Amino acid sequence: MDFIIQNILNALQWGSFYALIALGYTLVYGVLRLINFAHGDIFMVGAYISFFVAGFLLKPALGLSPAMTFVITVPLTMALTSIVGVTLERIAYRPLRHKGAHRLYVVITALMCGLILEYSNLAVLGASRLKFPELLEKQIWNLGGITLTNLKVLVIVTAIVVFLFLQWVVTKTRIGMAMRGISYDKFAIPLMGIPIDTIIVFTFILGSAFAGLAGLLFAMSYPVLEPFMGMLIGWKAFIAAVVGGIGDIKGAFVGGFLLGFIEVGVVTVFPSTYRDLFAFTILLLILWMKPTGLFGMPQSTKI
Amino acid sequence: MMTQAQIQTDTTPVLEISGLTQRFGGLTAVNDFNVKLMPGELSGLIGPNGAGKTTVFNLVSGFYQPTEGKILIDGVPTAGLRPHKVTSLGVARTFQNIRLWNDMTVLDNIRVAQHYRLGYGFFHSVIRNRRYKQRETEIEQEANELLEVFDLQRYTEEFPKNLPYGTQRKLEIARALSSHPKLLLLDEPAAGLNSADVKELIRLVRWIHEKFDVTIWMIEHHMDVMMELCNQIKVIDFGETIAEGNPDDIRNNQAVITAYLGDDNI
Amino acid sequence: MKKYSLNLLLVVFAVLLLVSAHFRWIDNYIQIVVMTIGINIIMSTSLNLVNGNMGEFTCGHAAFMCVGAYISSILSVFCFGSKFGAPLFPAGSVLIVFPIILLIGGIMAALSSLLVSIPSFKTRDDYLAIISIAVNYMIISALENMDFIGGSRGFQGMKDTVWAMIDIFDGPWMLFWVILFTTFTVWVIRRFITSTYGKGVNAICQDEVAAEIMSVNTNKIKIVNFMVAAGLAGCAGGLYAHIIGYVNPQSFNILKSTEAMVMVYLGGMGSLSGAIISAILFTGLLEVLRSQAIIDGLVSPLTFMFPDWEPSAGVIKWVLIPLLLVILMQFRPEGIMGNRELSDVFPRLKKFYRFK
Repeated sequence: MDFIIQNILNALQWGSFYALIALGYTLVYGVLRLINFAHGDIFMVGAYISFFVAGFLLKPALGLSPAMTFVITVPLTMALTSIVGVTLERIAYRPLRHKGAHRLYVVITALMCGLILEYSNLAVLGASRLKFPELLEKQIWNLGGITLTNLKVLVIVTAIVVFLFLQWVVTKTRIGMAMRGISYDKFAIPLMGIPIDTIIVFTFILGSAFAGLAGLLFAMSYPVLEPFMGMLIGWKAFIAAVVGGIGDIKGAFVGGFLLGFIEVGVVTVFPSTYRDLFAFTILLLILWMKPTGLFGMPQSTKI
Repeated sequence: MMTQAQIQTDTTPVLEISGLTQRFGGLTAVNDFNVKLMPGELSGLIGPNGAGKTTVFNLVSGFYQPTEGKILIDGVPTAGLRPHKVTSLGVARTFQNIRLWNDMTVLDNIRVAQHYRLGYGFFHSVIRNRRYKQRETEIEQEANELLEVFDLQRYTEEFPKNLPYGTQRKLEIARALSSHPKLLLLDEPAAGLNSADVKELIRLVRWIHEKFDVTIWMIEHHMDVMMELCNQIKVIDFGETIAEGNPDDIRNNQAVITAYLGDDNI
Repeated sequence: MKKYSLNLLLVVFAVLLLVSAHFRWIDNYIQIVVMTIGINIIMSTSLNLVNGNMGEFTCGHAAFMCVGAYISSILSVFCFGSKFGAPLFPAGSVLIVFPIILLIGGIMAALSSLLVSIPSFKTRDDYLAIISIAVNYMIISALENMDFIGGSRGFQGMKDTVWAMIDIFDGPWMLFWVILFTTFTVWVIRRFITSTYGKGVNAICQDEVAAEIMSVNTNKIKIVNFMVAAGLAGCAGGLYAHIIGYVNPQSFNILKSTEAMVMVYLGGMGSLSGAIISAILFTGLLEVLRSQAIIDGLVSPLTFMFPDWEPSAGVIKWVLIPLLLVILMQFRPEGIMGNRELSDVFPRLKKFYRFK
């Protein structure tokens, strides 16, 4: 029993990372119908940014306590990461969109931007792995055989709070309504006097900020950074978003946690090398049965 | 046009629909629809917007599977058949919004519509044996002939998107005919045409009806087109059949007038 | 004469290439580059069939290359190697058996494409993209878990087959096979897509509903098209495995698929000649940028500013190439050729050769 609960907690933690990244994919996709393939690498950039921000703040000259550093690092990381995301949108995606290029060319551009981020990081910082400083003093609670760390709780709670926040933004606020409007009809929206580019920038800010947050939390949980850390987790989060039904906030959240549970479940039963094989097979089966994902709307063709 | 006597002698209807019902979730788009089209008929289907006319066509061409009811094409039930199979039974159609393959030449548009009776497969297309060459020549010849009778031969190597709207409509009908249909479904062929084009279309449909020996069933909002062409018209509203008969009956039918104009008499 | 002019030119070129390789007029390195170009042509033209002509969006083409590479490698070791016991065939039969092995690899790859083509009945675009990515990861990770063929350590022993060929006649055999299969690929694809049967593929791309209603059996065409593309990619995998003499699941990861996609979109969707040209350009670019001297020259302003920064060519290459592509996309978003063929861009070529 303890064993099961312990694994459920692990699954929730992994699921939180996937969900946080998947939310970014889904936000951009929901508005632009664009798979932002660079998003996994924005997560990686977020982790590196948090590393440098934390490293800077921890300098003895500033005299900040680790906890204080953490509190300042969170908003700084989110802000800086969203600048990276918005820069990509401004210099790479927007010109293409305005030229009316085929949708797939924008996707290829996104893929290329991801590669640029990965390899320029490798070129500048080298292949050596970076060790993330410990910001929060690790607390381990023992509840009847179940070990619970404060970090784990923080990660899970953050994911849930972010989900609720985004759900509120998208359904209740004016800007969220505009976002949903664009996804339905991007030709009518400018006619209604809504500045489409502003909304898109806002979407990228939201998505990238939470990828940065995920990067920070990931770096704190698994304190080793390397340039390709965003690749596999990014692809997986994307698949999770699709399985949930891409374009839908709830879908990304559920898909992320589903993937977390599948992976942890597989590892408890089989050797860990089978993790990816099973995870991808199960996701594939889900997509075979429900081609538009769990919460996705079936697209009807009109003739 | 065929006389009444000729229609009676051929007993198998080209299209026989009985008890056709289609529901989308809670919405009943078509309810207990029945129709019988004899070979050589030129019949019409009218109704206000959203009445379920196109749904009936989609059901006949196999794009939707009916919730209830039976559709027989030349006596063969179409239940469970995919659209390309239904087409090979002898049903061809055009679309409300023109759906030509815009990046393929006009000739290729006509050629591909003969896909079900190509008579060769992938390996033949690669090794290009005698059978392949013979069939390709036949298909190309037939396509060219069809373009010629439709007076489209000068556009053979043109792309449909560059043609005038009226010509695109014409090409779409030609494409439908290239699959040798027994039953031709025309979904609002006069939509978006100017009055000269409409006159031309009336002539064209009548000419096709005689020349290609095909049964035609059409949806149209232009009443003058319907009144002039069809010998039988069915009116549906909210998926229910509200009237049927010859053009004069329809013109004077109270239920039809109500459906189109509303029943609030001033 | 007009009918055969291009074929003749190609034969002369191929013979010239083989002869100069045989007499060592071109060194091993150039030969490898030429073979890589050949393999990349197969990859880009075959992916073009799916992503260009049919307008689907699949991002896992390397998966099929992987299946072909492994199947043909295993067969090759069974038939001519000593790793799994005595060779099944005498070394003298290698010239007949080897192409059959490659084709079997291709057929198995074609069968594995059903994993993607069956879902494509109901779904397309981004959902299909994700299915193909999942298939790519799945196949790699399945192979990594098969210990009897080396798992993640990779698999080798195919060189025995190549040596068996060299025992018969000491020549550039792999170059010969690559040229043969590249020609075969382009020949198959061109004949397929220019036939009325293959034009059904284009019809699906432009309007699937109209295609289905106008009597095209869309599901069957999709399966056939995916199978042809995957089968040819499988042959490319087999060739690749025998050139390198070693395969590893990770050499067919998503990066390899991305390379194939880049070549397709660089060349222009649906343009066969575009896919060939971009494969040549792209491979050439990759090779040129491998040289540390060129990279050092390119980044010299930066290294001048930061003297202790020592970038390696292998890394900078992968910054420069995507950057170049991003810039190219901004200026020519439809790729080099758009959806036109070489004969449309230069109508004069039609004088020399009948293209259809």
